[in-house]
Order: sequence, then C-alpha cells, then structure tokens
Amino acid sequence: MRLINRKPGRPLALFLALLPFVVVFVAYAIGSDIRLAENPSDKLLPAPSTIWDTAARLITEPDLRSGRILFWHDTTASLGRLAMGIGISALLGLVFGLLIGLLPIMRSFLAQFVAVLSMIPPLALLPILFIVFGLGELSKVVLIVVGTLPFIIRDLSQRVLEIPQELLIKAQTLGASTWVITLRVAIPQVLPRLIQAVRLSLGPAWLFLIAAEAIASDLGLGYRIFLVRRFLAMDVILTYVIWITILAFLMDWALRTLSRRLFPWAEDGL
Amino acid sequence: MSFVTVTNIFQSYDGRPILERVNVSVDESQFISIVGASGCGKSTFLRLLLAQEQPTRGDVQIAGAPPAREPGLDRGVVFQKYSVFPHMTVRQNIVAGESLRRGWGTFWGAEAKDARKRADATLARIGLDHVADQYPATLSGGMQQRLAIGQALVAKPRVLLLDEPFGALDPGTRLAMHDFLMELRAETGMTVFMVTHDLEEAFKLGDRVLVFDKPRWDPHDPSLYGATITYDFDARDGGIPFQRLKEDTHVLHETRS
Ligand SMILES: Nc1ncnc2c1ncn2[C@@H]1O[C@H](COP(=O)(O)OP(=O)(O)O)[C@@H](O)[C@H]1O
Ligand SMILES: [Mg+2]
Repeated sequence: MRLINRKPGRPLALFLALLPFVVVFVAYAIGSDIRLAENPSDKLLPAPSTIWDTAARLITEPDLRSGRILFWHDTTASLGRLAMGIGISALLGLVFGLLIGLLPIMRSFLAQFVAVLSMIPPLALLPILFIVFGLGELSKVVLIVVGTLPFIIRDLSQRVLEIPQELLIKAQTLGASTWVITLRVAIPQVLPRLIQAVRLSLGPAWLFLIAAEAIASDLGLGYRIFLVRRFLAMDVILTYVIWITILAFLMDWALRTLSRRLFPWAEDGL
Repeated sequence: MSFVTVTNIFQSYDGRPILERVNVSVDESQFISIVGASGCGKSTFLRLLLAQEQPTRGDVQIAGAPPAREPGLDRGVVFQKYSVFPHMTVRQNIVAGESLRRGWGTFWGAEAKDARKRADATLARIGLDHVADQYPATLSGGMQQRLAIGQALVAKPRVLLLDEPFGALDPGTRLAMHDFLMELRAETGMTVFMVTHDLEEAFKLGDRVLVFDKPRWDPHDPSLYGATITYDFDARDGGIPFQRLKEDTHVLHETRS
C-alpha cells in the first residue's frame, strides 16, 4: 500500500499526536538531569519538578512588596493590551477591507498604499511610537495595531474580491444598494475570514506585545520575562513561556469554535 | 410592440470582438432560448441584457426606458452556480428577494412576520417548505436552482435572464425543472431569456430560439470576427411553423363538421 493511502486509526493518531510532546519533555528532563548531576546549582535547565514548584508559587503567592499576585496582574495587563490591539485591528481591517474590496474607487486610492505600508517593519517604528505616544499603554496597543493591521486589510480586501461576482449581481437585481450589499452580502461572507485573519495575526500580535513590554513597561508577561532574565531565573521564564503558549493556543481554539458556531454555512476551511 | 429591443450591439474585450451587429426585438411574455457554441458570447449577451456591462456600441432598451447602466429590479437573473446566498437559510433567501431593496436590506417587526409568511407560501409553492431552515449548501443542485428561480421571481422582474440554469443537473431533475419553470412562467407572464447547451431544451421551452454563431470566419485568425444571431427560429408548436394553421384548416374543420 502506498504511504499516501495509509491512514492511522484513532488510537494510533492520538499516540502520534502526543508523541512529540512526550519526546520534548523527556529530552528536556534528561538534559536537565545531566546538568544538575554535574552542578546541583545549575540554573540553565531547572528540573521539571522545580518549574512545577515555581509555577505553583507564582500562581498562588502574592508579591511580598505589593501584596498582589503578580502572575495574574501580568496576565490581565497583557491580555488587555492584546485584546485592545487585535480588536482595533480587526475592526479597522474589516472597514478598510470592505472599502478596498467593494469600491473600485477606493481600490485605486488605497490598495497600493496599504501594500507599501505593509512592507514597513513594525518593530523599526517602535521608537517612534514611544516618542509620539509615550511609554504608557497607548504605544503598546498602537504597535500591535500597526503590526497586524496591514495584513488584515490586505487579506480581507482579497477575500471581498473573491466573493463570487454572481452574488453581487444577484443582490443588485434584487434592488440592493451598495450599503445593503455591504451589510447583507459582503460582511456576512467575510466575517469567517476575518476571524481566520485574526487567528493568523495572533502570533505577530504576541510578538509585538512582548517586544513592547520588554522595552518599556512595569507590568505584563513580556516585562516579567525580561525582568527575571537578569537573575537567570529560568524556572520563572519557562513558566511564563508555557503560560503564554497555553493562552495563545486557547485563544486560537476559542476563535475557531466561535467561527464554527456563528457560521455553520461556511462548512470547512476554518 | 417590441418589449426588449437590442439595437446593433457590438462588444469587444481588449480589442477582440466577441459580438457584432446583434439586433433583435422581443415581445413581452416571450420565452427566448439562446444556443450556440461554447465561448461564442452567449453569456456576454446576457450580461449586456442585464446591464452588468455596457456594449462597445449599440444599446439595449427594455419597455422603452433609456438603456440601463447597472443591474436593477427590472431584470432578474439565475446563474448556473452561486445563484443563491450561501450565508442565508432557504427562507431568508426568499425574504431577501423582497427585503434587499430596503434601506437596511431587512424587514422589522410586523413587516418581518408578514414577509416570513409570504416566503413560506412561496416555499410551499416551489416545493421547498420542508427545508426552509436549512442552508443552501445542504440542498441538491435541483433544489438550489428552484430556490434561485423562486428568489428571482419574488422580486417580480419584468425580464428574467437564465444562464444555463439547468446545465449542472441530471436529466430527470432537468425535466422536473422544465415543468416547474413553465408553470411559473404561465403564472407570471414574464419575458424570459434562457441560454442553454441543450437544443431539445431550447425548442421545448422557447417560443423562439436564437442561434449565435460567427457569420464570417477567418481561417488564419478565428478570433478576428465576433458572433451574431445567425438563426431566429419560431419554436412554438415544437418548432414546426404553421402546423396549427394547417391542422385548423384541414384536419379539425373536417372532423368538426
Ligand atoms: N470580461 C471579459 N474580459 C475578456 N474576455 C472575456 C470577458 N468575458 C468573456 N470574455 C471572452 O468572451 C468570449 C465569450 O464568452 P462567453 O460570453 O462567456 O461565452 P459563452 O457563454 O457563449 O460560452 C470568451 O472567449 C471569453 O473568453
Ligand atoms: Mg456562458
């Protein structure tokens, strides 16, 4: 039988899916064990049990100085910035994607401009953002918006252009105005794609968030990681990295589920 | 009185002529079948009738009005695919036939309720009431086209344009769709233009059959000339002109007397 025709059964599929996680974990545990056997005070690869204890401490015990559990404060601060940035991007992306995709005049006016804008490396703008918007929340949110918006606009305008011409013609023969076509045909058709674009933008959004927090902040997941780096606190860093990964995964999963719920007609591809 | 008048239409894309010198005039309530080799410009002709695009030369007039510049309520259309809104349920698709012309594209309150009732009546009429709450993707090809025709008709267009509407259906479904279309047409008395690949279908449904072909042919450059209407058949009585006249005078009178 050809390899392309061999499909794993359910137990095998589950086993194969879990295997890489187990392999990475075991490899780490062995590496950590070897280093710790040589030098018990080695900080580079803390034992899994140490990370576990650190995580438990971070999650439950308040900070001595402020009396707050910093882990959760970091989390809410970062998630707030992320949600704000991605939310603004999604909204503006939808508006401009529709304008460019539906209106030939807007397409002539903006499409090339957005294409050029999307070539600017957002991190290079970070100093400018700090100068213009200060070191507070605003510049971090703006960096996420600047970093993700051009992609969302380009993706969405492309999706709008891909709406079958037949549907737009059909709507016109039913007397729909441009506004009604936007509202009742284009928006419902591209909303699933918007969610998809947001899912794809989450990776870059985290990158920009952590970069901005690392450089100027006093709270946030990225800030904490770069702060404890000075003490080589690998157990804290790894806890935060794992936590960020879990958060990112959960967001992606939630968006996918939401999309399936809201748009049952869009079947697959999500 | 001519209802749809096509005057000396030329259409070329990038300097390549597709249609040339197309003239035809059609009475109200006629059913026009359009046949021709694939790629000869039948869909282009429908797009011109629909005012989806403008001809290079010539114009299309419907009911004496000035040539339309964009598609509108007076012309309904059903394509071979993508002819209903996939994000609306079957019932919503029918309601959309009435509601999209409104400011927000939708009905509110009591009006919405009435519209739903009318939609349900329409669905019962076209035999789709049992799938009212499903999305079109779950329907068979024949049901989707029935829905598309029903949706186009609730907008009450004066001219209905069909571009190979049954092209993707199996023969049995196709026959059922013929009956369905003829019934609706008898009820509404609409003027219909239908492009089809199937000659038998063209003669069965049409009052007239227009054949598109290239009258001139350059063997070195087949794309040099465009197509036009080369035959215009009277397709009533199965395509045999004067059949009824002869039967009336020779056969029926004798038996009656
Ligand atoms: N928008 C367009 N731009 C350029 N060429 C086109 C366009 N639409 C149709 N054509 C060309 O015009 C010819 C006729 O197309 P069409 O009307 O779709 O043929 P039919 O429906 O008879 O099969 C084809 O050769 C096609 O490639
Ligand atoms: Mg065609």
